[in-house]
Amino acid sequence: MHEPHKDYLGDKFGMWLFLFTEILLFGGLFLLYAIYLHRYPAEFHQGGLELSRIFGAANTVVLITSSFTVALAISALQQGRRGLCQGLLAATIALAGVFMVNKYFEWSAKIAHGIYPGSSEMAQAGGTNIFFGLYYVMTGAHGLHVVIGAAILGFCMLRIGQGRVTAEDFGLLENGGLYWHLVDLVWIFLFPLFYLIS
Amino acid sequence: MPSPGETVPFLDPLPGRSGLTSWIFSTDHKRIGMLYLWCILTMFAVGVAIGVLMRLELIAPGRTIMGAQAYNAMFTLHGVVMVFLFVIPGIPAAFGNILLPLQIGAEDVSFPRLNIFSWWLYLTGAVLAVTSLFTGGGPPDTGWTFYVPFSERTTTNVSLAVVAVFILGFSSILTGLNFITTIHRLRAPQMSWGKLPLFVWSLYATAWIQLLATPVLGVTVALVFIERLLGIGLFDPAKGGDPLLYQHLFWIYSHPAVYIMIVPAMGVVSEIIPAFDRKSIFGYKAIAVSSLAIAFAGSLVWAHHMFTSGMSDTAVLVFSFLTFVVAIPSAIKVFNWVATLYKGSIYLEPPLLFALGFIFLFSVGGLTGLVLGSAGTDIHVHDTYFVVAHFHYVIFGGTGFGLFAAMHFWFPKIFGRMYDRKLANASWYLLIGGFNMLYFPMFLIGLMGMPRRYYDYLPMYQTGHMISTAGSWVLVAGLVTMFWGLSKCLRGPRTVGRNPWGAATLEWTLPSPPPHLTFLDPPDEVPSPYSYAGVKRDA
Amino acid sequence: MTHKHIIPFGLLAKIWLALMVLTGVTVGVASFDFGFLNVLVAMSVASAKALLVVLFFMHLKYENRVLGAFVILVFVILAIFIGFTFFDVAWRPEAGA
Repeated sequence: MHEPHKDYLGDKFGMWLFLFTEILLFGGLFLLYAIYLHRYPAEFHQGGLELSRIFGAANTVVLITSSFTVALAISALQQGRRGLCQGLLAATIALAGVFMVNKYFEWSAKIAHGIYPGSSEMAQAGGTNIFFGLYYVMTGAHGLHVVIGAAILGFCMLRIGQGRVTAEDFGLLENGGLYWHLVDLVWIFLFPLFYLIS
Repeated sequence: MPSPGETVPFLDPLPGRSGLTSWIFSTDHKRIGMLYLWCILTMFAVGVAIGVLMRLELIAPGRTIMGAQAYNAMFTLHGVVMVFLFVIPGIPAAFGNILLPLQIGAEDVSFPRLNIFSWWLYLTGAVLAVTSLFTGGGPPDTGWTFYVPFSERTTTNVSLAVVAVFILGFSSILTGLNFITTIHRLRAPQMSWGKLPLFVWSLYATAWIQLLATPVLGVTVALVFIERLLGIGLFDPAKGGDPLLYQHLFWIYSHPAVYIMIVPAMGVVSEIIPAFDRKSIFGYKAIAVSSLAIAFAGSLVWAHHMFTSGMSDTAVLVFSFLTFVVAIPSAIKVFNWVATLYKGSIYLEPPLLFALGFIFLFSVGGLTGLVLGSAGTDIHVHDTYFVVAHFHYVIFGGTGFGLFAAMHFWFPKIFGRMYDRKLANASWYLLIGGFNMLYFPMFLIGLMGMPRRYYDYLPMYQTGHMISTAGSWVLVAGLVTMFWGLSKCLRGPRTVGRNPWGAATLEWTLPSPPPHLTFLDPPDEVPSPYSYAGVKRDA
Repeated sequence: MTHKHIIPFGLLAKIWLALMVLTGVTVGVASFDFGFLNVLVAMSVASAKALLVVLFFMHLKYENRVLGAFVILVFVILAIFIGFTFFDVAWRPEAGA
């Protein structure tokens, strides 16, 4: 039987194309953000003050570090250091967990203050409502990607453990890593737009 | 000793692998293309049936066979089914899948499993879209555009419908991703970019639009869903939102989507005209580049759908100007096709007839598009039947006839049999006649002020509506004739040779129908796709 | 595998450090009020960070140029989508009032 050939560069190219669609998907939300920032500069300023800069900065450090560990994991696998690679991936997934826990506390605190979609407090104030509406939608969409990305990296770990992703055949991990970096990229923009806009 | 896969036609079962599962879980691009083909033709039948019912309602003023709410659901359904389930996947997913790898001398697409996954997504989306009619608060009544604020407030089943659109969009994205990767990575070694068939060029341009524009639709309909669920108010003025931004986001996808619909059909026409003209295509580079130019320029003009929406005059001016720019690459194609025909030895076979039908109807649609793209005149005819006529000339007259042309052109290649030529010719006359009878009066009553999307109208428009409805019957007669002429030839011995038309692209070097496995090794010789010297017919 | 390009740990660590410094800078700058300039600075720093991630963490520096061109194309398209929408919203009568 004829075996289909493996096209390493093609796989990576396809992954990049997929990342393009993710960029455009978030792009629609960034479009809304840009226009509403233009319309409600004062409310966005005020809204930014209400978000915890410490939480935001901490999560930025966490996510950038997780991007770093994934990049290290790829280099480690390529050098044939499988154990190190597995450890770095585990660290990445742990950092993703830290990010989500942080996010959970942050959202809970906001909701406890009556700032959530549909709350009576929000619906009254046009610009503020939009700021927090976008905040929930965009960080929510991003959080979903964090969870998916962590699951993909978990799958990569499994495959490395099974010996199906190796120092010579590392395409899957590289593509999983690309996805994870995209999650980081989106956050790199979300962080200043929501937390530092004041 | 070749394996059975290299000799058994792809339509026939391989030893030990037969039945439905050998189709719906197949990773063979040809079989996946066939799955799409059957699905989109089914959806086309549904869409046509609804359209005919709508025309019947409009035969006389007042309530004829349905009331206002039923009519609203009908035009929504007609739009959703035709746009998302028939026209957008139409040529790329069906004929693109079957032919793209064959035309570039590749074994398959880059991601065969992703390819069948796309089809499953399409099927899921189609099932959900149909389910939304019979569940929840009744069939959606928003029109296929799901405009806010109505789509956020109506009690009909919009939530499920937008989920279906989201999933269909995902299917479209993955097909585009697959095609771009395939064209970059899997061309036969000698298949340089300058030797790509123009159909492949058109699929390439289309795939980029699918890839970059569709995610914006995805996030837009997702927002409609979220708004219906949570009521955040991102598009609700009472809560600080701006409903016009919904329209911007929607058209950022949906205008380029018009080019997802039309560009592959242009690719089909670019294949057929030189083949039945025995003459190399005029302006190969211009046609190839104009596909890319349409894809790019097409993403700059979305707000020309919004001239009367209340957006700023500056935007009206800018988008009106840009709209004229996008007419240029379309015109380049038309002129090159006509120049190809000039002094050729024309064989007036049905595929060419349909291609010529495309050029004529698309030109009418395109030129009336300028009336709409020019802001001053658009104000008068916006949301009238003029728009309905223009749209159907471009999409039905363009994409529809392009699809019919493709069906006749590649029928012998796919099935190894020839269609009934007399019926094909007869159907063409009925289709062209019925089409113009159906849609041309709409230009006139549109200019007179007949608004779109109403089940009722003033008596002054009745003549136009009656002619139009009668035209719809002629058109349906044409469709029935055409599908009869094709389907009666689906059985019987396969007698067609490799190259009944004497065309020069690579798929015609293969047996008809092609075997399961094709181009396991890339072809040694890659001909220039439109050089007919030395190409022998093999009927 | 012929396309293997291993990025040394040291280089990755330097990039990480640069990203940390830039995060510090952007947080620091945000505590001063330059009006609209704040947004500009924040976006410039974010873009610089994104560039580092794309070029090194995502290996784009070592990929072929066609891919690089496509990445640029994507951001150009996104910029057009956002920028052209401002032809509308920036000139709306009520927006300026």
